[in-house]
Formats: sequence, structure tokens, C-alpha cells
Amino acid sequence: MQRTPIREPGTTDMDAAQPNTETGDDILVRIRDMHFSRGERRIFDGVDLDIRRGKVTAIMGPSGTGKTTLLRLIGGQLAPDRGSVRVDGLEVPRLGRAELYRLRRRMGMLFQSGALLTDLNVFDNVAFPLREHTDLPEAMIRDLVLIKLQAVGLRGARDLSPAELSGGMARRVAMARAIALDPMMIMYDEPFTGQDPISMGALVTLIRRLNDALGLTSIIVSHDVQETASISDHVYVISEGRVVAGGTPDEIERSDSAWVQQFMRGLPDGPVPFHYPAPDYRQDLLDGAQEPRP
Amino acid sequence: MIDWLRSLGRDGIAVFEKIGRGNLFLLRTLAGLPEVLGRPRLLLAQLYSVGVLSLLIILVSGLFVGMVLGLQGYNTLVQFKAEESLGVVVSLSLVRELGPVVTALLFAGRAGSALTAEIGLMKATEQLSGMEMMAVDPIHRVVAPRFLAGVLSMPLLAAIFSAVGVYGGWFVGVGLLGVDDGAYWSQMQAKVDLYDDIWNGVIKSMVFGLVVTWIAVFEGYDAVPTSEGVGRATTRTVVHGALAVLGLDFILTALMFGD
Amino acid sequence: MRQNKTMELMVGLFVAGGAAALFVLAMQVSNLSQLNHGDTYRVSAQFENVGGLKVRSPVKVSGVRVGRVSAIDYDIDRYQAVVEMQLEKKYDKFPEDTSASIFTAGLLGEQYIALEPGGAEDYLKDGSQIEITQSALVLEQLVGKFLFNKAAGSK
Repeated sequence: MQRTPIREPGTTDMDAAQPNTETGDDILVRIRDMHFSRGERRIFDGVDLDIRRGKVTAIMGPSGTGKTTLLRLIGGQLAPDRGSVRVDGLEVPRLGRAELYRLRRRMGMLFQSGALLTDLNVFDNVAFPLREHTDLPEAMIRDLVLIKLQAVGLRGARDLSPAELSGGMARRVAMARAIALDPMMIMYDEPFTGQDPISMGALVTLIRRLNDALGLTSIIVSHDVQETASISDHVYVISEGRVVAGGTPDEIERSDSAWVQQFMRGLPDGPVPFHYPAPDYRQDLLDGAQEPRP
Repeated sequence: MIDWLRSLGRDGIAVFEKIGRGNLFLLRTLAGLPEVLGRPRLLLAQLYSVGVLSLLIILVSGLFVGMVLGLQGYNTLVQFKAEESLGVVVSLSLVRELGPVVTALLFAGRAGSALTAEIGLMKATEQLSGMEMMAVDPIHRVVAPRFLAGVLSMPLLAAIFSAVGVYGGWFVGVGLLGVDDGAYWSQMQAKVDLYDDIWNGVIKSMVFGLVVTWIAVFEGYDAVPTSEGVGRATTRTVVHGALAVLGLDFILTALMFGD
Repeated sequence: MRQNKTMELMVGLFVAGGAAALFVLAMQVSNLSQLNHGDTYRVSAQFENVGGLKVRSPVKVSGVRVGRVSAIDYDIDRYQAVVEMQLEKKYDKFPEDTSASIFTAGLLGEQYIALEPGGAEDYLKDGSQIEITQSALVLEQLVGKFLFNKAAGSK
């Protein structure tokens, strides 16, 4: 694998450092008419989506609508059946391996579990991308890692192993690692799931602060409606393979779609029924009574 | 009947797909080897967990297998008044067959299952995906060093097994049962050939090392990323690894010592 | 870092141990130690039949091993087998008329060449040929001859 020297440490505004190939366009990720299916199951059925530079964009939707899959499509780990996924002017599915890897160095991704390397401690986890992709001297790596850890408030935890971290801390370490190479964009996969209110609050503010301080573009995939909406500039709601609503959090809040209302307010019943499709309740019970017991 | 045939066909296709994936995987692993050689630290850590940590079981097993060979060989040979050939029996059994084969079987159980479980869990916890998204190829970074460490460790472990076994046989035969010390070694040296026996044994263990490690890292990488999937993959490593070793042993023996 | 040092040490010991084991197998267990045991000189002999003689079979005098067979070939002009043997330099005073026979160790054991020193003044040297040879006894021929004689005698 080729190693390229890291960009000057200290240049935080990567948008300015990266040439914008689609001139005059402030859209970093552009998805058009994207179809994707896994086996028999159609997951995306013509998705159109724009992610603006420098903004925090939330992608929300019920569980199992393929939000994580969407991030993998943007990151090039999966290829769509049809349609276009462009990141920074590059058509992701058509990139060769080397180009794809070069693009990925400019994106960070935060997995649900954090995906920290369990055989390395916190420090080495954050140092991992630096060591893999740069030939920086150890002293400089140390400085960079400590800067990143300080940003997520875990400089003191550098010698812990991933097994000793709480879920929220693991995600913050993963964030430090994701920003180690000063990417242009970070994708968060369900960053708030299973967090207690304190670490949830820490993560929420951290995502927003990192985005603004480092001039990142952030994509958050989540079904934690309130927390996500509170820090997003733009929200897309996905359901059944399509984008059903898009706009600022306020616009979505005021949407006149019954479905969006149910989702945003977390109502138990509505267009999405509480009950899984079943035969009539009374009839079902009566049928059971007539069958002989085993 | 039709259903049965269809499921047979489906299974057959699945098997061939898996073999194909396995071969592609091996090619990608081999492509990652030059990178590993450029970063000896990665290899060192794996030599430790694959080789050094298997050392104890190899030493103990080798010693006991050698002692049993000494005992059994003596009891048989003494009936023909040929107990002076004990050294030949012990050493040929070890360097030709038991050294490479038993080492490979133990290796599949000890290091192979650990490799599968480790890589499988890294997959289940999204560590491999995470690396990919950090633009680091997990096959080059994770799999290739483990593969190389397995291939390098196996001949060394097998040699240690055989050497310890020869001394185990010597301890029982010469030390306990009274075979002549000089006869034990001189008969052995007269009959064991450096090329035909020892070198072929080393080749065997190299082949076994390659196959067992390949199976182990591939099963881990190909595992269904759940606890159950990783568990099954680990079992498959041990079972398929052992079967592959025994089957290949027959073929290699026929090729090497056939005439 | 301390942990790294131990690991390096252990891996070093492991590799050294493996190499040592291979060395033991080569030197102590196999015949490598006998292959180049000092200097040797080469003599050849021609036999009607070498039986089960193999390369590396021992060459003995009075039961003492003095060398080994290094090559077995067939001379198409004389219809005879040519056996080359390497004798150790320290046994360099065999008379020129030494004879060579192919014997079997035990009834079914391996075959070897036994040398029987003659009485000539000159010694065998590198490249000499042993003229007096006795072929291997082939069990089937012996049995066949025995039966034939029996049958002829009983007539």
C-alpha cells in the first residue's frame, strides 16, 4: 500500500484544502435514483439525496430500512444496482480500489459498536490510521493522538484497553480515530443507541462541535429523533426504500404527512400499525378453543 | 424428491462458491505478503501467538508420543531380537509421519481455532469493516501476517516435535528398557536419510502449515458475523483442517515414499 | 514496550529452538554426519548381479564399516553392473587384489559389500578397480538350482 505524507497538521478546514471538482457546488454527496437490493429484498427503490458541505445531515427512519446500508454505499463497501452515488464529484461505485481507498482516507465512519481494534489500547487505536497511512515520526503521532483525544475528552484514558471502556467512551474514542486523518466528512451509524442520558448528551454536543470546529461534513444515521434533530441542519426521513420527507428539522416537525408525524412523535399507532398483520383477534382465539389440546 | 435434488444442487453450488471464495482469498492474502515482510513487527506479534503459544503442547505431546513409540516399538522388536533397531523405528515414525501430522492436528486445534475465532470476532464486531473504511485492507493488515506466521511456524514446531520425540524414545528405550545407547543412535543414523526422510518430512509440514492456516484464516474471514457463526466457523476449522491434513498426508506419502 | 521485549525474546527463542531441532534431526538422527566423514577415495567394481544393493549401502571389511556405495550403474558394453564406492581415507592400505562380494545381513536383511583383502604389494587408490568380485546371491536362483539338482540326482 502506498503511503502518502499526511497533510499539514493544523489545517482543520479540509473543505478549503480539497479542490472542489464540481465547481460552484456545495453538495458533497449526491445520490440520484439509487436502487439496491439484497437477495430478493429491495432495500432502496430510487433514493435521491443531497448532503451539503459543512452541514450536519440526519438520515432517519425506522429500524431495518437500510440506513446503515446507505452509509456503506456512500463509503463504497457496497455497490448500488442502479443509479449514482457521487462523493466530492467522484462516482463511488466506479472507482478502482486505489482510488476508493484514497477517497476513504478523506472520510471517517463511526460504527455502532465503535469497532475499536480490541488488541490495541486507546492510544494505539487512535494512532492506527496515522501509522498505517503516514510515515510521521513517533513524537508527532503522539502529539496528534493527544490532540484528537483531548477533543473528545479522553486524553486521560489513553492507556485503557477497549474492553475497559463504556459504550459511550468507546464511541468517543472511535470519533477521535475517525478524525485522526482530518477527513472532510464523518458518517455516524446510530451514535446514540443504548446510551445513558449523560453520555448521549456528550455525544450529541461532540458531533456538532467537531463538525463546526473542524469544518467537517457530518452524516448521522439514527432513529433517536429528538437528539438527532436537535443538532441537524437538514433531515431526511427514509421509509420503505424511499425518501419520504426532507428539510430542516422544523419543516419535518411540521410535515403534514401522517406517517412522518407518527415517526417524529413516536406514536405507537398510526399509518404504521401497532399490530403485525394477523387474522381477526376474536376469530383467532375461538379457533384455538376448538382445536383439541395436545 | 425434486426438493431433495434441488437442495442437493443448492448445497453443491454453495460448496463450489466457497471453494472459489477461498481461492480468491488465498490470492489476495499472498498479494499482501510483501507488505508484511516490510513490517516485521506485525509478523513478530503473530509468530508469538501462533508459534510460541503452541510450543508447550507441542513439547509435551512430542515427548509422550516419542516415549510411547519407544515402549511399543521395544515390545514388538524384542520378539524378533531386533530391539537395537528401536532408534530406527522411533525416528522414522516421527520424522516421516507423526511429527508433521500430529503437529498439524494439534496446530489446527490450538492455533487454527484461535485464528478463526479471532478473525471471526473482528468481523462480528465490525473491526474489519472499520479498517476497510479507514482505507486499510484487512486482508493485508490482519490476515496476511497471521497466514505467514502459521506457514513459518509449522515446520519449526514439527521439527521440535520430532526432535523431542526421538529423545523421549531414547529415554524409554535406552534409559528404562536397556537398549544399547550406541546401537540406538548408530542404527538410526544408518537408516534415516537426510533428504528422503527428514527433508520430505519438512516439506510435509510446510504443506500442512499452509493448508491449515489457510483454512483457519479463511473460515474466520468468511464466518457469519454472529457468535453462533464464529463458533461454527471455529469447529469447521478444526474438522476441515484435520481432514485436510490426513488426506494430504496420504497423497504426499504416496508421492514421496511410494517407490 | 516491556511487554514487546519479552515477546521478541520468546519469538527469538522459538525460532532458535526450531532451527536447533532441525539441526539435531540432520546431525544426530540422520546420516548427514556420516556422509562427509573425512576424506574418501573412490574405487569401482563390476558385478554380474547386484541384487538388492542400493546407493548408500555400507561397505564392510571383517564386519567393520569402511565406506559406502556411492553409485550403481550398468555397463552396456560388458553387460555388467558397475558399483562405485567411497572408502574412507584412513583405510587406504587395501591390496590391489582385494575381492568384493555382495552379502546379505541376516537372511532377509539389507545387502552390503564385503571386501576381502588379498596379498598384493600395491594398494588400491583413488580410481582403482576391484577385479575379483562375487555377485549377490539371489534367493530364487538358489532355490531353483537346488530343485533342479534334486530332480537331476533322483533320476
